[in-house]
Amino acid sequence: MGRKLDPTKEKRGPGRKARKQKGAETELVRFLPAGAVQTAGKKGPQSLFNAPRGKKRPAPGSDEEEEEEDSEEDGMVNHGDLWGSEDDADTVDDYGADSNSEDEEEGEALLPIERAARKQKAREAAAGIQWSEEETEDEEEEKEVTPESGPPKVEEADGGLQINVDEEPFVLPPAGEMEQDAQAPDLQRVHKRIQDIVGILRDFGAQREEGRSRSEYLNRLKKDLAIYYSYGDFLLGKLMDLFPLSELVEFLEANEVPRPVTLRTNTLKTRRRDLAQALINRGVNLDPLGKWSKTGLVVYDSSVPIGATPEYLAGHYMLQGASSMLPVMALAPQEHERILDMCCAPGGKTSYMAQLMKNTGVILANDANAERLKSVVGNLHRLGVTNTIISHYDGRQFPKVVGGFDRVLLDAPCSGTGVISKDPAVKTNKDEKDILRCAHLQKELLLSAIDSVNATSKTGGYLVYCTCSITVEENEWVVDYALKKRNVRLVPTGLDFGQEGFTRFRERRFHPSLRSTRRFYPHTHNMDGFFIAKFKKFSNSIPQSQTGNSETATPTNVDLPQVIPKSENSSQPAKKAKGAAKTKQQLQKQQHPKKASFQKLNGISKGADSELSTVPSVTKTQASSSFQDSSQPAGKAEGIREPKVTGKLKQRSPKLQSSKKVAFLRQNAPPKGTDTQTPAVLSPSKTQATLKPKDHHQPLGRAKGVEKQQLPEQPFEKAAFQKQNDTPKGPQPPTVSPIRSSRPPPAKRKKSQSRGNSQLLLS
Amino acid sequence: MRPLTEEETRVMFEKIAKYEKIMKLAANISGDKLVSLGTCFGKFTKTHKFRLHVTALDYLAPYAKYKVWIKPGAEQSFLYGNHVLKSGLGRITENTSQYQGVVVYSMADIPLGFGVAAKSTQDCRKVDPMAIVVFHQADIGEYVRHEETLT
Repeated sequence: MGRKLDPTKEKRGPGRKARKQKGAETELVRFLPAGAVQTAGKKGPQSLFNAPRGKKRPAPGSDEEEEEEDSEEDGMVNHGDLWGSEDDADTVDDYGADSNSEDEEEGEALLPIERAARKQKAREAAAGIQWSEEETEDEEEEKEVTPESGPPKVEEADGGLQINVDEEPFVLPPAGEMEQDAQAPDLQRVHKRIQDIVGILRDFGAQREEGRSRSEYLNRLKKDLAIYYSYGDFLLGKLMDLFPLSELVEFLEANEVPRPVTLRTNTLKTRRRDLAQALINRGVNLDPLGKWSKTGLVVYDSSVPIGATPEYLAGHYMLQGASSMLPVMALAPQEHERILDMCCAPGGKTSYMAQLMKNTGVILANDANAERLKSVVGNLHRLGVTNTIISHYDGRQFPKVVGGFDRVLLDAPCSGTGVISKDPAVKTNKDEKDILRCAHLQKELLLSAIDSVNATSKTGGYLVYCTCSITVEENEWVVDYALKKRNVRLVPTGLDFGQEGFTRFRERRFHPSLRSTRRFYPHTHNMDGFFIAKFKKFSNSIPQSQTGNSETATPTNVDLPQVIPKSENSSQPAKKAKGAAKTKQQLQKQQHPKKASFQKLNGISKGADSELSTVPSVTKTQASSSFQDSSQPAGKAEGIREPKVTGKLKQRSPKLQSSKKVAFLRQNAPPKGTDTQTPAVLSPSKTQATLKPKDHHQPLGRAKGVEKQQLPEQPFEKAAFQKQNDTPKGPQPPTVSPIRSSRPPPAKRKKSQSRGNSQLLLS
Repeated sequence: MRPLTEEETRVMFEKIAKYEKIMKLAANISGDKLVSLGTCFGKFTKTHKFRLHVTALDYLAPYAKYKVWIKPGAEQSFLYGNHVLKSGLGRITENTSQYQGVVVYSMADIPLGFGVAAKSTQDCRKVDPMAIVVFHQADIGEYVRHEETLT
């Protein structure tokens, strides 16, 4: 009665009513004219229903029965027919003619009402109206028949429709149909199709359509998901790689819904118990966040704005996502430590660290975005945090600005694929370039962060890297890169929940310790997508590898080109460059203000590693200069350094049996090898040793020796060393070429600066 | 603004002294990059008057000699920057003189901001409910309202 009996009115929406208005349709049928038209060719209307879904028809007999049963149940007889014909028309798109002939099904006696309905449908189809309810009914029908055997294939494009007779209700629409769908996507239908395809793929062997490959199903699914959830193709492809299909749909669904509002009690000013009581008195419905958090509260609903209560303004709590509390818990800052927060805005993690440290020690909160820094200032003042310095640097400038921190937190800028529920624009505006750009920036930031940690800190030496992204390129790949480039290792985060990070993904293989990293997803943990990795730095020296030492390299390059003789091309230039770069890097990286390098130069033997590191950097810079003899002081420094280095190298060589050497070797080799004068890469100590002598006029007989010792592992280096030793290079520019370059004989080296050095060395 | 009382002055300098260690570290950071260090108590105006900011509330509140408590209904109004009316006044410290600097609290003893007493305690008892009793100077609502200009 109250229901509208107008069958032409589309019932939209995901609700039950939209799917099941059998009553109305049933009744409608009664009003249809008696002469039902049963032309098999009437695929038009039917195709409307079937085509996009590509439902397959089970065996005609069974279909018929089911349909009729359905219709009888519903009171709509012709629906069965319609469905049947629609099923046949599986792969026909809505607007195309369904060439399937349903004759066989239709051959069976159609009740007059069925014929009438069919006619009606044809008329309506002609009017271009889609009967979603029909479809839903079809869907139901098809679901029933889903388990049946393979769907018939209807190739619209081919123009030859086959009759779907014993096929699964779901038929994959032909390629041509895909576009049509795009034109007028019916979300209901698309959703149904998504479910169908997922179901089929789950049991592909049994349920697949003959002749259709898995990739066709996957493509169809991808398009449907993109339509239904409004994603761009690129991101959806990435997600399909990450998740198995069932999880994928859950993940997409979870991104449509916001995560619950959570807040963190500011223990500097109040206790969670008191705060909860005060908020409840104001009319907020809340609960403790979970066993894993002692300060978190989750807000279910609130009669007052939760971001404007007097308690909020008094700084008793901070609105913070649950996943943002995790990296701070993993970092576990202790009292009286020096912490660096490289990307701190809006200050939630910074303030959490301050409250854990009870306002002792010092936190340096940095962010590159001036606008967002204002909120950091406001939040920290409001929460009563007093141990924080706020600065506005590009994170990559650390540790040059200041280094030597006990712990560092790097919440790197990312593509935001884990917080799609907060920012749906991410669905479409991210593509390959964005991800790679983010990954590149993250790698640079991570290396700077690692260099800012003081490995010899008594209580610290830890770094936590986290992102709110779930892509492997920004997470595991960046972490793996850091493991290769620096003396760090991964340690357990201390979080006992969360999924382990990947140790392999598609064609990439990562270090096995990646298993100690943690991933969080919106659909499994009900918090924003997140990735957390905790590093421990075990040595302050920087292994050579440096492609990244371009900065250091450049100076050498500039200087060297002139100096380097042709012969150099090989190892020598490379070595030198490397050495220079290396030293430079190390120098820069030296976190301790007391730049041991200089001290070391004089004092020596501070520790092979550290010294080496410093020295190399020094040498490098100096090396370049020394070659040129441009700057005496510089040269001197270099000279001095070099000798030290070499000296150190010697000391180190025995020690360097480990990977360090290898690392160094590797470092040396790669960067430079390529160009003739790549200033860049400083090779690790070994190379340094070798390089030094070459580059800077290091007298290095010693160096050579040292080098040789050090570089047992690398053939390159060995060759280089030998070359170096053999060939007198004189002022040659350290450039690159890998180790092969020969070193100028000590005699030829510019001793002007190095003299002092060499003396030092010798001494 | 009202001049700092002796107590306040002492407190302020005490707190500042605690920052010495932090300041040394902050010296590394170049001036144009340093955004904030410690807690901003206030700023000096061009005529060298010192304007106290709400960010100093945490430090000054415990030392306040003269306090004013306002009723829950009047909290929101004060947090929006309005003056306190007699109808919103809950309690006031005895012997408050007129134009004395006061710290405004909620009934739950949460400090809400600074103010200046518009009437002495005696007068407060006599005035009609719509009269202003405390002039608003700074309140914690500014954390949200004036986030941009907070030091």
